[in-house]
Amino acid sequence: MSAPISGRVVRLGDDVDTDVILPGAYLNLTDPEELGRHLLETYDPEVAAKVAPGDVIVAGRNMGMGSSREHAVLALKGRGVQAVVADSFARIFLRNCLNLGLPAIAHPEAAAALRDGETVEVDLEHGLLAGETERWTLPRQPPFLTDLLHDGGLVPWVRRRLSQRDT
Amino acid sequence: MSADGTPRTMTAKALAAHGVQDLTPGAFALARVDRILVNDVSGAVAVREFRRMGAERVFDPAAVACIADHFWPAKDARSAEHVGGLRRFANEQGIDDYYETGSTRAAGIEHAVLAEEGRVLPGSLLVGGDSHTCTAGALGALAIGVGSTDLAAAMALGELWLRVPETHLVRFDGALGPHLTGKDLILAAIGRIGVDGAAYAALEFAGDAVAALDVDGRMALCNMAVEAGAKSGMVAADETTLAWLWPRVAAPEALAPFGPDAGAVYDREVVLDVDGMAPLVALPPSPGNVRPVDELPEPVRVDQVYVGNCANGTISDLRQLARVLEGRTVARGVRLIVVPATQEVHRQAVHEGLVEQLTEAGAMISPPTCGACFGGHMGVLAAGETAVATTNRNFRGRMGHRDSRVYLANAWVAGAAAVAGELVDPAEVVGR
Repeated sequence: MSAPISGRVVRLGDDVDTDVILPGAYLNLTDPEELGRHLLETYDPEVAAKVAPGDVIVAGRNMGMGSSREHAVLALKGRGVQAVVADSFARIFLRNCLNLGLPAIAHPEAAAALRDGETVEVDLEHGLLAGETERWTLPRQPPFLTDLLHDGGLVPWVRRRLSQRDT
Repeated sequence: MSADGTPRTMTAKALAAHGVQDLTPGAFALARVDRILVNDVSGAVAVREFRRMGAERVFDPAAVACIADHFWPAKDARSAEHVGGLRRFANEQGIDDYYETGSTRAAGIEHAVLAEEGRVLPGSLLVGGDSHTCTAGALGALAIGVGSTDLAAAMALGELWLRVPETHLVRFDGALGPHLTGKDLILAAIGRIGVDGAAYAALEFAGDAVAALDVDGRMALCNMAVEAGAKSGMVAADETTLAWLWPRVAAPEALAPFGPDAGAVYDREVVLDVDGMAPLVALPPSPGNVRPVDELPEPVRVDQVYVGNCANGTISDLRQLARVLEGRTVARGVRLIVVPATQEVHRQAVHEGLVEQLTEAGAMISPPTCGACFGGHMGVLAAGETAVATTNRNFRGRMGHRDSRVYLANAWVAGAAAVAGELVDPAEVVGR
């Protein structure tokens, strides 16, 4: 469930909150594709317009702070964003990414070095992250998170757990 | 105290009581949950994911509360459908704790309703599909905000996966002066440690200034723990807590104080002295951008004043606002929107004559709703507009247009802004 990813970097700043990732006015939507059309609308209309399917978001500190809205992650997925790399993540946003199977990688060096528009490769299976000029090794994940990743997120993880309970 | 006699924080005690064995920060665990809070926004996705999980029944209908608050009263047809979906889910699952303004006697904004209805117990573990679930920490609960799929998993399994947090003690020494509230304590703390100063950590609030707060003030304090990045924010359950809960819970005789063991060791301690502090304001676009109201870099003209939200639409906030507006009116060119957090707060405000007094002064009273706090409806800002709000977030575009601005403050400051048409020290309006 974690094949290598290759995509173009779209850089964001520090303290990007989930309100600017997906504004509150659209919280009455639930369809990822529909949500994706409003991705980053209040962050910066120019940045919002350029995010394309296959891109990798690279952000600074405290990515995804604020509201717990899973709609922010649904919007990223709906727009076709493949992964998020950041200096650090806010906790609920990170949970939502992990639960929905969107790779979210906290790596201060990579987040500082990756340039807007360059191609980045992410190989979670082998713990590798590579830009056009630098490569980084990712720290080993705790076993629970590896399980979650292998299952493809929390929905299949719970489905498996429920079926184990039944038997 | 733990088996080996090590004194524990409140957070560690609550985790241990819910099945978490390894309390080392960073350890992963599954914790049992006592209560699950679902609203119309997180619920719309959570119910879908619950079904995708193959789950049929929630693990315990008595543990789940469903509350329509974000887009309620329905803003549009889609919102009405989401609330309808939540209502049907509650019916189908036998969830008695369903709250909908206009339909059930107790209703309003989820965190306020949950507390009022006695559904938050000291030492309990609560998860909610809303980041401000941490508000329940005011009553000594370990209350954790999560997303929709987490909510679905918790409903299916009665468990939450979590990473054991570091625990930080934030101690407020001294006594709050006039026109200061729990809101100022939390703004002072976020101003000090920053919007990721407590990232992944559990906060415990203590000190004389916290002990002196009533439950409304403690809710305002704990409500914004997430604005420092925290997983939770707790106040020990003391006499004040138990007296407040006594008439609200099913089994009051079972209530007991809950606090950290004497000598509990924290991963970090932050001490703030509040003696002589002026009322605080968080300037846009960050809750960490905090200044005393009498030291603003430039005058701030105001288009809208919004008194409401999950922790600052309490009867205390409405009383403070009414004190400022007593014998005064809303300034020309300013609109004042007052949102009682719950039906109970609304009834009490009517009973005390506050609704009449506020509307005479020019205010508009909204039904209880999350409303414009998150830019949903009922008071959304236009480009170029400025609001002073007793809410918890002032991010870019939070209450409406990307080019609108929100200043966060307590109800005294909000009331003074409504009267003066600009941000001023409430002492300038009502005297010291």
